[in-house]
Amino acid sequence: MTNTNRDRVLWVIGILVVVFYALLPVLWIMSLSLKDPATIGDGRFLPQEWSLQNYEQLFETDAFTFALRNSFGIAAIATLIAIVLGSMAAYAIARLDFPGKTLILGGALAVAMFPPISIVGSLFDLWREIGLFDTWVGLIIPYMTFTLPLAIYTLSAFFREIPWELEQAAQVDGATPWQAYRKVIVPLAAPGVFTAAILTFIFAWNDFLFANTLTSTDAARTVPATLAFFTGGSQFEDPTGVISAAAVVVTVPIIIMVLIFQRRIVAGLTSGAVKG
Amino acid sequence: MAAGAPTAPAPVAASKRSGGLTERARSERKLAWMLCAPAVVAMLVVTGYPIGYAIYLSLQRYDLRFPDDREFVGLSNYGEVLGSSTWWLDLFNTVVITVFSVAIELVLGMIIALVMHRAIFGRGPVRASILIPYGIVTVVAAFAWRYAFDPTTGFVIGLGPISETWAPLTERAGSFFVIIMTEVWKTTPFMALLLLAGLALVPDELHEAAKVDGAGPVQRFFRITLPLMKPAILVALLFRTLDAFRIFDTVFIQTLGANDTETVSILGYNQLINRVNLGLGSAISVLIFISVIVIAFVFIKGFGTTTASQRGE
Repeated sequence: MTNTNRDRVLWVIGILVVVFYALLPVLWIMSLSLKDPATIGDGRFLPQEWSLQNYEQLFETDAFTFALRNSFGIAAIATLIAIVLGSMAAYAIARLDFPGKTLILGGALAVAMFPPISIVGSLFDLWREIGLFDTWVGLIIPYMTFTLPLAIYTLSAFFREIPWELEQAAQVDGATPWQAYRKVIVPLAAPGVFTAAILTFIFAWNDFLFANTLTSTDAARTVPATLAFFTGGSQFEDPTGVISAAAVVVTVPIIIMVLIFQRRIVAGLTSGAVKG
Repeated sequence: MAAGAPTAPAPVAASKRSGGLTERARSERKLAWMLCAPAVVAMLVVTGYPIGYAIYLSLQRYDLRFPDDREFVGLSNYGEVLGSSTWWLDLFNTVVITVFSVAIELVLGMIIALVMHRAIFGRGPVRASILIPYGIVTVVAAFAWRYAFDPTTGFVIGLGPISETWAPLTERAGSFFVIIMTEVWKTTPFMALLLLAGLALVPDELHEAAKVDGAGPVQRFFRITLPLMKPAILVALLFRTLDAFRIFDTVFIQTLGANDTETVSILGYNQLINRVNLGLGSAISVLIFISVIVIAFVFIKGFGTTTASQRGE
């Protein structure tokens, strides 16, 4: 009895340590963003003076709003393309019999492991020549190097789990192929597709190297690149508070998504690696 | 891996009947290839073409500041990169960051995975909270830790035994410490989740049997859990090693390569984007690409022999 009690106490401590460790930098950056600019250098964990001044300053100019718009639009389009192309391929891999399946999965894995710095120079040179430099398309294309493999992997893992016999069963019961697809397959596949989309979106949202090298203005610069080049309102202003505020703005949506869809995200992350 | 298994019978059957596939099988193949074609072509175009172009550029003297001097120079860019001490220093830095962060992550990830695996309650909050570092933008994480260790803003400096004058990001060891710590914080969750999935494949009966035979928890971990998890561990290590080797975002935000913490990706970036020396920069790009292939090859080789020796036992 005492043994299980001790286990329970250790377990609770374990949970607290892990949660604390995971959340510490997030709480820290939030606290930093809420500090009054005058006390930002006080080195305390929590603000002495709570203030929203950093947020006001962040949205004073359009730079950050443009960056948010670019990040969101580019990540969404890259995700959409990857999911459409990826689900076609994943359907074939999970359901149809054809030679080359292993080659495609292996190839996708190889592409996923590809170092992005290796193609940055080429794209920089090519994009300047053909006018894709500093455009949305100019970022969406290189994003395919990581969004497509990820989509193919997670979707084919999810599609393998779908009981496809149900489609035939529905047709035997008198459903038309379209009805069988709409009423049986789509509801079964939707959660997997949705999870793959979230993961792909997080990856695209996270990119810094391409965004940093292939953009130069508000036209296509995404949030991570904008953050890296933030320099306060004037030369003498310390941008710490404003950067923290911006960091919080881009982190909150991710945290909400992660909290809502945690179970599915974990399934998506691990299924490809373990069974693939 | 396992994906190959179900497809294996098809080619055999096909060769036996020497093209005598049924109409249905043939149309199924055709449909499959049509469905895969767009994704495959897209992947080839977005990676194959630029890497080919990078190889082509790496064989030229091509500096955008002097575009008229562009000429084919063979392998001399590679000679220049491999002959410079900067490349070797940066490669060393990259290896240091990779080895330390992956090793620490493996241990921490294993502990978290074991804790989650044995969890009776509270699995939800742990899973949710460890996914947050995973989901956060790397640049944001890098800023958070940079500010935490900054002597003016940071709460870490002056905390407990830590000296008030310590400015880790102005010295080499301190910079490595902060960079590795950021990497570990950000990617341990991924490691933990992969290991947790591998842990689920270890049958409970083995543990029960060993317990009956008098094996303690430590012995059971090293004699049962660890050997059975070898494939899962190797996959997780491969993913994370290749990922860590490409490190760019964290170093860019925290030191920009100062205090001798430059990594190969930062070196490539500086040559390509800041100095716009596309010839020399592309040679670095290609060398990084080759390094990644070598790492993957070594892992897969090691992977193959360990699974083979396991089967042999």
